[in-house]
Amino acid sequence: MGDSSLHVLKGIELQIDEGELVAIMGSSGSGKSTLLNILGMLDTADEGEYRLDKVLIKDLTETIAAKYRNLFLGFVFQSFNLINYKNALENVALPLYYQGLARKIRQQKALEYLDKVGLKEWATHLPSELSGGQKQRVAIARAMASQPKVLLADEPTGALDSKTSNEVMGLIQQINREGKTILVVTHELDIAHMCKRIITLKDGIIVEDQKVDQILVDTHVQ
Amino acid sequence: MNSLKVIFDFDTWQEIFGSIAKNKTRTIITVVGVLWGIFIYITLSGAAKGLDNGFEREFEDMAMNSMFVWPQRTSVPYAGFKVGRSPRFTINNVEELKKQIPEIQYIAPRNARGVFGGSEPASVVYKEISRSYNIYGDFPEYTKISTKKIYKGGRFINEQDQKNQRKVCVIGERTQEELFAKEENPLGKYIRINNVFFQVIGVHKYLEGGGFETDGDIFIPFNTFRNLYNTGERVDWFTIAAFDDADVVAVEKNVKAVLKKIHMVAPEDDRALGSFNIGEVYNRISGFANGMTFLSLVVGLATIFAGVIGIGNILLISVKERTKELGVRRALGATPGEVRIQILLESVFLTLVAGIIGIILGAAVLAIINLTTQDLSNFPYTNPTVPIPLVIGALMVMVVLGTLIGLIPAQRAVSIKPIDALREE
Repeated sequence: MGDSSLHVLKGIELQIDEGELVAIMGSSGSGKSTLLNILGMLDTADEGEYRLDKVLIKDLTETIAAKYRNLFLGFVFQSFNLINYKNALENVALPLYYQGLARKIRQQKALEYLDKVGLKEWATHLPSELSGGQKQRVAIARAMASQPKVLLADEPTGALDSKTSNEVMGLIQQINREGKTILVVTHELDIAHMCKRIITLKDGIIVEDQKVDQILVDTHVQ
Repeated sequence: MNSLKVIFDFDTWQEIFGSIAKNKTRTIITVVGVLWGIFIYITLSGAAKGLDNGFEREFEDMAMNSMFVWPQRTSVPYAGFKVGRSPRFTINNVEELKKQIPEIQYIAPRNARGVFGGSEPASVVYKEISRSYNIYGDFPEYTKISTKKIYKGGRFINEQDQKNQRKVCVIGERTQEELFAKEENPLGKYIRINNVFFQVIGVHKYLEGGGFETDGDIFIPFNTFRNLYNTGERVDWFTIAAFDDADVVAVEKNVKAVLKKIHMVAPEDDRALGSFNIGEVYNRISGFANGMTFLSLVVGLATIFAGVIGIGNILLISVKERTKELGVRRALGATPGEVRIQILLESVFLTLVAGIIGIILGAAVLAIINLTTQDLSNFPYTNPTVPIPLVIGALMVMVVLGTLIGLIPAQRAVSIKPIDALREE
């Protein structure tokens, strides 16, 4: 693991403003996941500067990186990455636990966010009792619960059928409308067009960066 | 991060219980390893302690630092005397011994009939029954050296009996059975010993392991014995108890040296005086018991150690299994410290739970052994216990070992980069 180094990104200059909904596109190997990992402080760049809300993110210790991730970033993964022995509510409450909030407040907030994604009734269900779309909605609620500055979604619809993909994207659009900055990594064009700006990567550089007319999906989520 | 606060935090434990309960088979197998270790430790050291107690019980009627000394025959010519002479102890030796050897606490000179070859036991008559029993002339001090349990209502020989040469006797429980009817109280009754009437003042309970004494022995005051058998100043042997802090082996040497000097025996004549040292025998046996305790400690600790290594091993596998989960936690903001303490506490918690169950099981087994061996009076095994400090010590060792061994998987868990954990397969 990790003993062979590979230069994936070859010079990226990118500014994302508050409230944007950006799609990062590209074929596999284009460097889009690596970019997301750097933005998510999960990985570090060899060179260059990364500023998040005017804070320079550089040479962080693991402990400080963990704190920043907890306070500034929310993650949504392709395979949901819910903890399988915790129910929906506990999963959503987990980042709040690492924020050091009291138990009651955690539960209350987690329930609030579960309600926001329409899964209040499923609070006590384990991930194995949920459908793929429901799992991703729980994951989004978990990412939102710590009230991050930025939501990073890595192929959020990659494991979902088109109907549930639409539902999830609708939820993301709704959250964006409430003012949250969101980055979505995807290789599906129709998903990208549900965002407001599309950045296309190829072989580690930005080949295209354009604002698009957002295709709104029906936000009515059951 | 305040680690003490983490340990007492309800949520920390909920996280730990969550992950422990997640894989029950793993948890049970892990726990069994340590449980077995502490169980063996507790059972073994309890058994060793039981053996120790059992030996102690065998000796309980004798003062641990007591000794006997008796005359034999000289084997070295000395001061004009030929070999083969038997020194004759006298009552006056008591003062001399006490004067010269300050470590001596009690001396009880004794005379006896029927015990050693050559002397006839006393013939004892009560009503129509006539039998013969060994008879001892004793000082009241004798009970200080060799405890005599006297049945309720009776007593041993006292100073007044001695001074007034009273014709009183303490009989054995077999003597009572053979001479008296079952419902008859022997106390105050008169029995004839060699045609002299003696009043029974006590019945002694026979205790095993008291040397050559039996359950039929009759004790009478030393001075009365002297008149009865016309022994004059003569003493058959001395029973001596040293003070608790004295070295009874050294006292034994000194006593023999003094007696040799008094009785004109060559200092290098090892055969002239015989002696028996309870302390030495006891030390040898308790040394054996101590060896057993030490052995059980070593075996027990080694087994606990093996069990704890098992915990570390399984946690290591479990960390590998949970790579993804730990990665998610890191992505959600868990600091390396929080991940480390979680794995460490899992290790310590499993170790402790296993340890406590093992202690309870071990204690149960010891209780069962105790119940089944309670009636075996010739089996040196009594009250098998493990001292609380040893139990607590074992628990502490387990916590320390659990922490140390937990550090390995904890470090592995911390070294998981969230990105490695979350990378799609």
